[in-house]
Amino acid sequence: MNVIVCVKQIPDPATPYRLEEGTNWLIRPEEQILDDTDRYGVEMGLQLVEPSGGTVTVVSMGPAGSGQGIRQALAMGADDAILIEDTSLRGSDALTTARVLAAAVGRREFGLVIAGTESTDGYSGVVPQMLAEILDVPALTYATKVEVDEGSVTIHRQTVAGYDVVTSSLPAVVSVTAGVVEPRYPTFKGIMDAKKKSIETLSMGDLGAERAPEQLVLSIVDAAERTAGRKIEDDGDAHEAIVALLAERKVI
Amino acid sequence: MTEGTKSIYIGDDLAAIRDQTREYVEKEIVPHASAWEDGGVPRSVLDEMAGLGFFGLRAPEEHGGLGMGALASVVFAEELGRSTYGGFTITVLVHTDLAMPYLTNFGTEEQKARWLPAMVKGQVLTAIGVTEADAGSDVASIRTAARREGEGYVINGSKMFITNGGIADLVFIAARTDPAAKGSRGISIFAVERETPGFKASRALEKMGWHSSDTAELVLEDVWVPEGNLIGEENRGFYYIMTNFQNERLAIMGQALGESQRALELTIEHVKGRHAFGSPLWDKQVIRQRLAARQAEIDAGRELAYRAAWLSDQGEDATRHVSEVKAYVGELANRVLYDCVQFHGGMGFIAETAVERLYRDVRIASIGGGATEVMLDEVAKRL
Repeated sequence: MNVIVCVKQIPDPATPYRLEEGTNWLIRPEEQILDDTDRYGVEMGLQLVEPSGGTVTVVSMGPAGSGQGIRQALAMGADDAILIEDTSLRGSDALTTARVLAAAVGRREFGLVIAGTESTDGYSGVVPQMLAEILDVPALTYATKVEVDEGSVTIHRQTVAGYDVVTSSLPAVVSVTAGVVEPRYPTFKGIMDAKKKSIETLSMGDLGAERAPEQLVLSIVDAAERTAGRKIEDDGDAHEAIVALLAERKVI
Repeated sequence: MTEGTKSIYIGDDLAAIRDQTREYVEKEIVPHASAWEDGGVPRSVLDEMAGLGFFGLRAPEEHGGLGMGALASVVFAEELGRSTYGGFTITVLVHTDLAMPYLTNFGTEEQKARWLPAMVKGQVLTAIGVTEADAGSDVASIRTAARREGEGYVINGSKMFITNGGIADLVFIAARTDPAAKGSRGISIFAVERETPGFKASRALEKMGWHSSDTAELVLEDVWVPEGNLIGEENRGFYYIMTNFQNERLAIMGQALGESQRALELTIEHVKGRHAFGSPLWDKQVIRQRLAARQAEIDAGRELAYRAAWLSDQGEDATRHVSEVKAYVGELANRVLYDCVQFHGGMGFIAETAVERLYRDVRIASIGGGATEVMLDEVAKRL
């Protein structure tokens, strides 16, 4: 079975990000890293193909930059990559992203498409579901465990109470949560070999895809600054105040 | 690429090796290494590192390695050094950069095929036994001797201060094979496996620093090894040792640079947060200028090390440049750590703060692998 993993290169979350004035688009530096949540997707893909053979292809949309993020996925062991890079895609919303990814995924034969539940820079959290809809395959989301067996896939779908067991036929799209598997460190050899692996770069023209009707970001508001915590002075009854506070917050 | 480490000598490959090692060290070493200060680095950690290819940087590709050069060793050593656990770092470097090069540089193809893959995979951990109680930097005066017997050699003698001596599966032993030859001319190198009868690590030596590193005295009593365990040619050992010293010195100075850089960063963090007399210590010129000066020196030392490694990778004789690095950085690391402890105040004197540990760990930097005084004479000979 061949697995396609959707990944995203994002600015290093450890560095402050900036938005472009007027458009409110995230300014993407030359050096971007693999979104940490995608490491779980890549690892899941690798673990699913390793026992029985097959390939793992990573698909990504966005400016290539130095390509460091894509190479991280290849260094972990993915076989090849497809990158859709087109200046006309700047500021794309979730639906356009899903359409573009679907067009790229549709060029390959696949049993499973894996994606993280949401990216760490955009956080829309809807791309995997849209992707499944456009590809016309089942969407199994928020997986904390994934198993593939003879033409079907079964996941544990995380819920507030615990998890649901969900099964579908293949092909399908699965979105995985952080922690579904422990991502491996690339080996030194993997890092070196990653440079020799194929990264197919496609434009919108190559894909024959079109942008969806636009979502416009009208304004951006800074998150409210955190207010100082409440201090409880201990005059011998602090424990009672703390218990009352925790009860009020329904923690206990 | 990690900020502050860009250099004309460091290409994409080395930057990737650096990033990968740094991430591994931060996540898998730093949180656990404190516990290893008593009892040593667990073999399971070394196995995991081997699995990630950390031990194969310098081994040829046909034997499971990456076939990279001395620059890679310096970068790798810097990043291990940043762990702030010198004992851990040297445990790895002795295997990858002090001992294994005897095989990669001078072993026969048969010997490489026999041992290298297992060394890369971490199944065979190595050490190098040159130093003796009465012969340190003065290698030519070693007394351990090997005489031919049958299809092999019988080795007798003892080795002192052997890092990894007690945990290594194979030790490269320097022994005198021609008693009549003068000084440096009659020395050979033998691969001696741990289980060989008559070979034993007699006691672990306690040290000022490098607490997680195993340091042993080795005793060889009528140790017989087959001819196939003679590395390279008979009586060429001194030349091999001198050649490998160049790489050894670069690697351990990479370690000292990484340790100095990390200690300086921790100190800058500390003085920015520590208030005295109404303002952060960082606001006092006397402190921030001293730290700035040390940063400049570390930057200079790093570039000096990169250049020496690069020269060596070009196949040039880099002895003078490597000796300069060893003399300069070995002393520098001690100056840096002196200041780091000083500016940490009383905290810097408390056991198990990183700078307290590094202060002890770097003391060896100006001694091990060739003392500063010997190194400066190597430079002077070439001026």
